[in-house]
Amino acid sequence: MNFKLDHQMFLVLNGIIGGLVVARLVGFALSRGAQSEERKSAIDDLNARIRGWWIMIAIFYISFVIGPAGSMLLFAFVSVLALREYISLISTTRADHRMLFWSFFVFTPLQYWLWYKGWYGLAVILIPVYAFLFVPIRLALAGETTGFLDRAARIQWGLMVCVYCISYAPALLTLNIPGYEGQNAKLLMFLVIVVQVGEAFQYVWTKLIGKRKIAPNISPDKTWEGFIGGLATTVALGTALWWMTPFTPVHALFLSLAAALMGFAGSLTMSAIKRDRGVKDFGSTIDGHGGTLDRLDSICFSAPLFFHLTRWISVSGHPFLFR
Amino acid sequence: MSALSASIIAACARTLAGPSIRWVNIRPSTRQRVYFANHTSHLDFVVLWSVLPRKLRSMTRPVAAKDYWNSGLRKRIAHNAFHAVLIERGRKTLEGDRAAAARNTLEQLLQALEEGNSLIVFPEGTRGDGLEVGPFKSGIYHVWARRPDVQFVPVYLSNLNRILPKGEFLPVPVISRVVFGPGLKLEKDETKESFLRKAHEAVCALREA
Repeated sequence: MNFKLDHQMFLVLNGIIGGLVVARLVGFALSRGAQSEERKSAIDDLNARIRGWWIMIAIFYISFVIGPAGSMLLFAFVSVLALREYISLISTTRADHRMLFWSFFVFTPLQYWLWYKGWYGLAVILIPVYAFLFVPIRLALAGETTGFLDRAARIQWGLMVCVYCISYAPALLTLNIPGYEGQNAKLLMFLVIVVQVGEAFQYVWTKLIGKRKIAPNISPDKTWEGFIGGLATTVALGTALWWMTPFTPVHALFLSLAAALMGFAGSLTMSAIKRDRGVKDFGSTIDGHGGTLDRLDSICFSAPLFFHLTRWISVSGHPFLFR
Repeated sequence: MSALSASIIAACARTLAGPSIRWVNIRPSTRQRVYFANHTSHLDFVVLWSVLPRKLRSMTRPVAAKDYWNSGLRKRIAHNAFHAVLIERGRKTLEGDRAAAARNTLEQLLQALEEGNSLIVFPEGTRGDGLEVGPFKSGIYHVWARRPDVQFVPVYLSNLNRILPKGEFLPVPVISRVVFGPGLKLEKDETKESFLRKAHEAVCALREA
């Protein structure tokens, strides 16, 4: 099925593009006026984020136009990019080679194919059950015991975050929600807006009034003030956008709260991994690569929860939840 | 036709290996050069060649082992697309023929330089494990001794051993890195040992760049 470009979608897309144009202009003006090194790097970071959003919007727009099959392909490609960044950054050994091949060329396509075919039961356990068992088996067959558990866990985690979690985003397109047929692209858009704008809000609140750091060892720009301010604004925005979802405003409120919280957790967790590997960004050590994973860390964590909550609401069949 | 297939192969190599490229204190130039790099994968010369600007690619010929690249599809790739200079490797020839084979190899390289080409060489002579850069064979010194006018440019390739390690035939798309360093600064009367030491150090120095 293809999605129709309805009035709401049109409104949302234009709103986002308008917002990005403004953000780009602001970023451009700031970068011309920047004096100190610190400010420069902060503004570079901001501009990189804005660029990331443009790409993301392009991706969602394309996926909206080409429908679920194309979207699955597109997101499978995004997963490969993310997994590639992750694998390049963590160290793997010669003995992991064949397992890495399986990860890129078997598990990744299979995961997306299962969603596309609507084989829900297997799609939700393929990686957390079967891949998680397969990884140590394959490594054992490779015969190298040094750092065995460590190596297995690294690959498992890569598959989990870069493939399994990201695949939940296009999986939203396959949900069958009574009374909302053909409009699922808006649901995906809703999730992305809430999570990404939520991140931006947190950033802004931290810059404005941020003082108390949440986890100074992991991420110096996450403060309680930013977190709470960002959460409040994000939930307000999510609730205000209820009309593009199949939910009532109250459910939109709780769903955006869940998505924003998981988005925050995702970004924090991925920062911890980056810290462990001694880098600031997945993209920074490898110039010329956009840092796909840096942009997607919040979506990674919020997509599965958002998907399952939505599915639970729609499958449980409470018509009063819908408009 | 061959230029087209070379471009296609280069594009595939760049997609697979996703190389980030750095030129440290050196710029791409049409000046005649010998690029010498560490060697960890069969992909090495393909990737190194593919990250050169298009204009330089047509004048740059990789030097590769005849025993690997001289059959079937590989032969066609090496011959038609890259115009590789295929050489006999020392250990594959009989003991008595070694000196003759080495002379022959040197003549082939000099001939290619004579024709105005730049070269890509891997002075280790064999693929390493990607951890240490092995000792350099002396062939590169003899090339320099005969053609000191050519610029010798060190290159460090990382992660290619993770993309296609020795003994594997299926690649994994890890992001690689190609770093070009400044041309070697050499005295007129450089001895073989000091030439090889300087060349080796120049490649190793790029590892952290």
